[in-house]
Amino acid sequence: MDLDAVLLARIQFGFTIAFHIIFPSFTIGLASWLVLLEAQWLRTGNALYRNLFRFWSKVFAVSFGLGVVSGIVMSYQFGTNWSGYAEFTGNILGPVIAYEVITAFFLEAAFLGIMLFGWERVGNGLHFVATCAVALGTLLSSFWITAANSWMQTPAGYAIEDGVAVPVDWWLIVFNPSFPNRYMHLITGMYLTTAFAIAGMSAYMLLRARRQGDAPVRIEGARRSMSMALWFAAIFAPVQIVLGDLQGLAVLDQQPTKLAAIEANWETQRGVPLVLFAWPDQEAQENRWEVAIPRLGSLILAHDLDGEIPGLRDVPRDRQPPVLPVFFSFRIMVGLGFLMLGVAAWSLWLRWKGRLFDSPAFLWTCFAMTPSGIAAVVFGWFTAEIGRQPWVVYGLLHRDQAVSPSVEAPTVLASLVAFVVVYGIVFGFGTYYLFKLLRRGPDPVEVVEGEDVARKPKRPFSMSSEGLEGPPGHRADHPAE
Amino acid sequence: MDFLQLPPDLAGPALWLPLVWAGIIALAVAMYVLLDGFDLGIGILFTAAESENWRDRMMLSVAPVWDFNETWLILGGAGLFAVFHVAYAVLMPALYVPILLMLIALVFRGVAFEFRFKAERSKHLWDKSFHYGSLVATFSQGVVLGTFVQGFQTDGRQFTGHTWDFLTPFSVMTGLALIAGYGLLGSTWLIMKTSGELELWARRMAQRFLLATLAAMGVVSLWVPFLATDLRERWFTLPNLLYLLPVPAMTALVAALLWRAVDRNARYRAFFLAMALFLLGYLGLGVSLFPNIVPPGITIWEAANTPSSQMFTLVGFSFALPATLAYTVYAYWVFRGQVAEDIEPGGYH
Repeated sequence: MDLDAVLLARIQFGFTIAFHIIFPSFTIGLASWLVLLEAQWLRTGNALYRNLFRFWSKVFAVSFGLGVVSGIVMSYQFGTNWSGYAEFTGNILGPVIAYEVITAFFLEAAFLGIMLFGWERVGNGLHFVATCAVALGTLLSSFWITAANSWMQTPAGYAIEDGVAVPVDWWLIVFNPSFPNRYMHLITGMYLTTAFAIAGMSAYMLLRARRQGDAPVRIEGARRSMSMALWFAAIFAPVQIVLGDLQGLAVLDQQPTKLAAIEANWETQRGVPLVLFAWPDQEAQENRWEVAIPRLGSLILAHDLDGEIPGLRDVPRDRQPPVLPVFFSFRIMVGLGFLMLGVAAWSLWLRWKGRLFDSPAFLWTCFAMTPSGIAAVVFGWFTAEIGRQPWVVYGLLHRDQAVSPSVEAPTVLASLVAFVVVYGIVFGFGTYYLFKLLRRGPDPVEVVEGEDVARKPKRPFSMSSEGLEGPPGHRADHPAE
Repeated sequence: MDFLQLPPDLAGPALWLPLVWAGIIALAVAMYVLLDGFDLGIGILFTAAESENWRDRMMLSVAPVWDFNETWLILGGAGLFAVFHVAYAVLMPALYVPILLMLIALVFRGVAFEFRFKAERSKHLWDKSFHYGSLVATFSQGVVLGTFVQGFQTDGRQFTGHTWDFLTPFSVMTGLALIAGYGLLGSTWLIMKTSGELELWARRMAQRFLLATLAAMGVVSLWVPFLATDLRERWFTLPNLLYLLPVPAMTALVAALLWRAVDRNARYRAFFLAMALFLLGYLGLGVSLFPNIVPPGITIWEAANTPSSQMFTLVGFSFALPATLAYTVYAYWVFRGQVAEDIEPGGYH
């Protein structure tokens, strides 16, 4: 396989996984959010919560469907383009990924059907169990997948035999050094993603209602959603900044070259400045147009004004990650994180003043922030994954050894183009239908007040419940013998 | 026990773990083929349905379970990676094109479930997306099947063939055969899950697809001995022939019972007999391939991961797999019965 094919395979993997991660990062938080709504409905009996559950579960279904189909692609792509990787890591990551499928996917997929279609059939208690199972499944799924990815960042508990990695200690493999921190950081990021997506979509509904002068009862659901989501944001935005800081310390310790690329720090030195902006020039091995604050870099990264920060020139050029994308991805992620913190603080201020839903400027800001969490997650992944280059498994497996030897550039290019086109179409329609849902909004409470769950006037999906015998008057089921 | 062709130089876990795992993967593939088979079959029948109401009911009959069914496919891929990663690393590049086609087709049909019920003017677009997605996915899976029977060109742990090796008249034939087979599963599923005119139509379709499936099975069975493989020897020499004779005999019996069941208005029997027919075909395939996981060159023992990896995964699976099977049964039980004939426009979940 020549170099072009390697690059194309990398672009393809980056594209398909960046596309895929959008949906889990949204649905993981959304599943927990649905648990919260259903618990509130069961506890208070306020129909508003049930309608909200119905509404957000439709949003969940669209995103989950997109997540499933783009996820199947991932589980085969390890082999098609990256058979060297599959062979080297198979003994270790194969089982970890199999655990994801068996503990998480099945849990999600089996109970999703009941959650979406089965409320009339199983009753409140079992339905709540199904909702919890879906939420648990999403959390377990990210547990295993982050464990696998973290092992690629900080491999542990393995030995090398006949040129492939073999397991020695499974506990160390799963709970490898970078895993606990990264998992917390990711889950919090996903909760924030959901919080800002819900707040933004609710703001969209409120802005629309404002323009059309809708009755207050029609917007109560959007208001409640937005308020709850912003509480989430106010709690998790500061937590995430602390977790992100811990993650920075860990990367300094575990992957110094990645940290050097994040900071565009070329020379190992003490008391490094904090680079606010620069254009890292890998060719010249230095920064152009650098704007930096002296010594602050060491303080933030090592929590010490004199802390030593590793430089990129310590490793040969062909072992350096591409600095430019890592440097900028990281800054975009951090920038978005502080933006979220700012919006969360603003929401607390408005809430204290009792004007949370009254400021058009705030509603527009929330609407603009809808994809902010997703963008932060994707740029965080860019930082983590591109920063690991040229390694696929840090320090153990070079990307040139990881690709499939028999697959040629035209094949990879053709499949890449196919994925871009298909995902473009699917994502376009997905977004279109999502906004269609939002324009309709959750059902207002008055329409269904006093109705039993099993007897909703708008029964969304009805199958005859006569059981195995078939409905009365139906042609009888005559056994052949 | 030379029928099993056990490797003489292995003993203990290194011997039996790959056997257990071959059984588990075979189970996962069988579950996938049977379960996603019928909902892909619904897609194959989809555009032939006579009205919008029929299409709504057909789709609703599988909507609560389709993504669960498809998860078995993920388990197939992940399980292969987890315990036979050498096979995974050889098969994926060798099957690059059909797998890619299948994945893209599955994307189109998968999103159709959610999009179709939210669309108005573009609804017909998602009808087509569902139909052609199902058709192409099925054909690709059939091609993969045929490629397995043909065998792969390997050297040690590497695939040494070419990207387009998979494409032969035989693999195209197995692709078409699987369309007939999934069509049969889909139409017998509809017999079980629908009523009225739609059910009558499903019965007519089931008979047509049964004939097509039997014809395809016949052609493939006659073709196999002429392929450049050792399969002729495996099937047509004594004493193997005696052991294996019950497989075609059972197939003929099941086919006859199935025809009667469709003809005589049995509601559930048709679907279960169609599944039995599939399992018999699958058994024949298993007999043909065992103990190779990458025929003809790599056996399950040669492809197996270290015993530690197999054992670690087995511990989890021995709890999770029964649980999964249990809630498969439960989920189907919850959604038992027929889909109502009157569907509100736009009514979904």
